[in-house]
Amino acid sequence: MVPTSYYLVLSAILFGLGVVAFIFKRNILTVFMSIELMLNAVNLAFVTFSRSLGQLQGQIFVFFVIVVAAAEAAVGLAIIILIHRNRRTLDVENVDSLKD
Amino acid sequence: MPILSYLWILPVLPLLGAAANGIFGGRWPKSVVSAVALSSTTLAFLGALAVVSQFLSLPSGTIPPPVSYFTWISAGGFRADFAMQVDHLTVIMLLVVTGVGLLIHIYSTGYMHDDPGYRRFFSYLNLFMFFMLILILAANYLLMFVGWEGVGLCSYLLIGFFFLKKSATNAGNKAFWVNRIGDFGFLLGVLLIFRTFGSLNFADVLPRAAGMASDAPGQIGTLTAIALLLFVGAAGKSAQLPLYVWLPDAMEGPTPVSALIHAATMVTAGVYMVVRSHAIFLNAPLAMQVVAIVGCATALFAATIGLVQTDIKKVLAYSTVSQLGYMFLACGVGAFGAGVFHLMTHAFFKGLLFLAAGSVIHAMGGEQDMRKMGGLRKKIPVTFWTMLMGTLAIAGTPGFSGFFSKDEILDEALKVNPVLGWLGVLAAGLTSFYMFRLIFLTFFGKERYDEHHVHVHESPKSMTIPLSILAVLSVAGGWMAAPALMGGVNHFQHFLAPVLSSAAEPATAAVAESSGDAGILQALVGVPVIAGLLGFLLAWWLYIKSPETPASLAESLSGPYKLLYGKYFIDEIYQAAIVRPLVWISENVLWHVVDERAIDGTVNGVATVSRETGDRLRRASTGNIRSYATWIVLGVVVFTSLLLWMVD
Repeated sequence: MVPTSYYLVLSAILFGLGVVAFIFKRNILTVFMSIELMLNAVNLAFVTFSRSLGQLQGQIFVFFVIVVAAAEAAVGLAIIILIHRNRRTLDVENVDSLKD
Repeated sequence: MPILSYLWILPVLPLLGAAANGIFGGRWPKSVVSAVALSSTTLAFLGALAVVSQFLSLPSGTIPPPVSYFTWISAGGFRADFAMQVDHLTVIMLLVVTGVGLLIHIYSTGYMHDDPGYRRFFSYLNLFMFFMLILILAANYLLMFVGWEGVGLCSYLLIGFFFLKKSATNAGNKAFWVNRIGDFGFLLGVLLIFRTFGSLNFADVLPRAAGMASDAPGQIGTLTAIALLLFVGAAGKSAQLPLYVWLPDAMEGPTPVSALIHAATMVTAGVYMVVRSHAIFLNAPLAMQVVAIVGCATALFAATIGLVQTDIKKVLAYSTVSQLGYMFLACGVGAFGAGVFHLMTHAFFKGLLFLAAGSVIHAMGGEQDMRKMGGLRKKIPVTFWTMLMGTLAIAGTPGFSGFFSKDEILDEALKVNPVLGWLGVLAAGLTSFYMFRLIFLTFFGKERYDEHHVHVHESPKSMTIPLSILAVLSVAGGWMAAPALMGGVNHFQHFLAPVLSSAAEPATAAVAESSGDAGILQALVGVPVIAGLLGFLLAWWLYIKSPETPASLAESLSGPYKLLYGKYFIDEIYQAAIVRPLVWISENVLWHVVDERAIDGTVNGVATVSRETGDRLRRASTGNIRSYATWIVLGVVVFTSLLLWMVD
């Protein structure tokens, strides 16, 4: 049987990739995808613990995360489309009006 | 209605008048304004008469207890009530203040008739009456202080009444500032009284002060310290050396104000306060000496300045300073009754002299320089005769009010301290000289004004009637004391005796000591009269007999003359010694260093630091999502490591 730590290491690697992609990628769509990657890395950790501890809560939590991620994808993609429509760009460098 | 329980009505009446005129008077015609002002003052006078008559109907010698209307301040062990009381001293002050005040109100309706500030004037004047009545009716030092400050405020407002004139506003400021020094002393004295006695009520403090052991002569014990501090206050308010400088300048105010505030009533508040606190002073021999010496020095000093002044009001102003000096001389030698007596007669004759001077100025169309008057006797006879009565009174002519009061003071002074007494006699001679000089320059001799431009006319009835009444009082106001000359009872002293019972002892002791010299003392009674006569003769010789002498005399004695004419250059000395250094320190230290560097520097420094910090921090907030994410990640890493490190 594959040890629990392997799953956790994979989860951490996926999460780290998500973080790095989030920070270094310029395209909003890629940034968005890196968020999804982080969420799923967390999901993997949840499921791993659920299985190793023999409890269900972790798996239930994963369902919630998937629902939230779906909702977020709907809203997030809508925002991205609006940004593209208004600014004709998907580069996060050019979307910095948060400071105002 | 037992009005003795409703004393608050007396001050409130003029307050209502002041408020009515001050708030609504702008829409009223002059007749209504003066009716309001006069009726409130008249009612106050009638109220005072009612108080006095009820007071006199009490068994003789009883003093009703103070009436407390409400607790004003109550904090810890400190308590000050809005309380008033009437005793024999208050009764005299009440009659003087409301009586002379009423006459001067009437006079003002004529004098101020064409002034655009008519309403403002009467509003201030009524407000003054309010504060003055508070001052004399107060039953504790704190309430007295309220009145004290209030009359000072009204004095300031009325000196600067013609506020478009720079000199008037300057004079008002000067009066205010000089009085601050005195009031500071008074306030310290009041605080020391509270510290010593735990109360500020006259009824608590004074009997205990009288019962305390007297401070050793020449030493400053608690009582002496209190007395000296109170006297600083009195010297400020009553224009004594070295704080007298504001009073001559106060003549910038309208003449009725000079008469009411700066001659008859307010400036005597210091004397009143000292007499009120006589129990403290009597147990403070050093303070008594200071009071006597300052009083005597002021009397002489101001009289010499008065000799050469040419402004008719300035002469009277220095005369007032000088006469106030007499009152303090009386207090200082323990003759408090004589001081109050002179206070009363002085209110009559000096009020009269100022009003008459106002009438002269009115007649001359605003001219105050006596060198441009002369020969007015026939043109304005009522003014002349009334002013002559006032002059005879102040010069101490036998039979006139000033004779009795001044004679009594000098008599007491000669008994207790012959040096001060003889200096007082000298000042009496000078008084007579400068007053007759004023009369001769103004009413006798050649007409030195331009008849084509000045239409000399007698003043209206509203002015001459108060003059006449005051003239009668100036003559008869001292007759209460007349029997004393024939070895009988001095009714005035007798009347005041219940208040000054503790003061009576040293005076009688002094009499007992010197009873061996009774014959000499009797002879001395005439001395002030002789001094006055000499002053009169000298004035007559210089200004009637040979009018060219004064000019040549001024030339041959140009040094002393310039010194006197320049008022001993006291103003200049104060300017150089006090005002300039103060201004220099204020400008170069307080303004440029303390204010600009320390205070502004601190405030601006705080602002600069916050701005710079903000400027740096602002750069962190770029609006760039990726940089935010980086910060978040860094934060998480830091906190996680911390957590792990702490768990270990």
